[in-house]
Amino acid sequence: MLSVKDLFCERDERVLFQNLSFYMAAGEVWQIEGSNGSGKTTLLRILCGLNDEFEGRIEWQGQDIRRVRQDFNQSLFYLGHTPAINKTLTPKENLSWFCASRGLHKQDQIKQALNSFNLYGYDDMPCYQLSAGQQRRVSLARMKLSEAPLWIVDEPFTALDKQGVIELEAFFAAHAAQGGTVILTTHHRLEIEHGVKSINLDRLAGLAA
Amino acid sequence: MNIIAATIRRELLIAFRSPGDIINPLMFFIIAVTLFPLGVGADTEFLSRIASGIIWVTALLAVMLSMDSLFRADYEDGSLEQLLLSPQPLYFIILAKVGSHWLVSGLPIVILAPVLASMLALPAEAMLPLLAGLLIGTPILTLIGAVGMALTVGLSRSGLLLAVLVLPLYVPVLVFGTGTVSTALGGLGISGLLALLGAMLVLAICLAPLAIMAALRISVS
Repeated sequence: MLSVKDLFCERDERVLFQNLSFYMAAGEVWQIEGSNGSGKTTLLRILCGLNDEFEGRIEWQGQDIRRVRQDFNQSLFYLGHTPAINKTLTPKENLSWFCASRGLHKQDQIKQALNSFNLYGYDDMPCYQLSAGQQRRVSLARMKLSEAPLWIVDEPFTALDKQGVIELEAFFAAHAAQGGTVILTTHHRLEIEHGVKSINLDRLAGLAA
Repeated sequence: MNIIAATIRRELLIAFRSPGDIINPLMFFIIAVTLFPLGVGADTEFLSRIASGIIWVTALLAVMLSMDSLFRADYEDGSLEQLLLSPQPLYFIILAKVGSHWLVSGLPIVILAPVLASMLALPAEAMLPLLAGLLIGTPILTLIGAVGMALTVGLSRSGLLLAVLVLPLYVPVLVFGTGTVSTALGGLGISGLLALLGAMLVLAICLAPLAIMAALRISVS
């Protein structure tokens, strides 16, 4: 699905990674590991095309992502550090705009998606009244609506309770089992049984030095 | 298209839920205009001569001040990244966003302008030209301001920088806008000037979203 060839990126004259090549196939979960400041977020932002300051090639289905921008965006679900929900809007309004911006006609499934992330009864409450964990859940509920095969998620487990972490891991595993690809950063060990591959940026930096 | 309607709906909802963003620039407009008679004296003949200039300059500053609420919240909560990664045509999403911003910031200024203009003793025959000019001119101001805002949204204190970037670009609109009023007062036809403003608006609608897209990509990366 997604292949990376000879990726090189430096920030403030510090090389974050070089000669980084890998191929992410359907059905795989990739965990990007590394200490704080090792470039995990930068790598994810490069992969989804938000950051252009790199050398090398990133290909989606064999074509440069900058060439097939619209196709790639259609197949991509990205969730960054920030929850990307407007706090004055309700969870329902936030998700409704998400569906529109993705071209999905799923207005009737929004409630269901919120319920599956334990937000039953909160769908008409402005998001600033929700706790940090609940806001995270609103933002994660988008994955339920998204039809994109490639998920790139940055620290998805932040602010979730234990049960939430277990459910989310199961959710990622199910997506991979259905032929999707998940790329995520996290500091904890994933409890997903098989198909988890990892990239350790610290080790890569060590090799380069 | 679905996405345009959805974006307008979202922006208007946000605007009405945080009314300060709408009311503050409007209050600024009212107060700043009111300061002029206090500063230059209540000589109606003198005031009526500078009335259109006062209205235009303060409207221009009010529009610029209102820009801050356009991309700031989206930048901070990450919605802007989602916007840039949307498979839907970004050009129309941005146009819808800027358009709805004009509806809640530019349009109220146009509606209030006649009240303030009559306070400044603007002659009745100049009222319609002033309004027509503002109606065509304020969307241009919003579009140009949005380009500046898109460029500076990543910086923490961008207020003055925005003014430095954007105000010089406001000059043509100001010249033709106030020109409309003085031409009307001179008894000449104003359709030519309005057509020029209209041409600027069409140009801004066509080109500004492209500049905003490019600027947002720079700000986000």
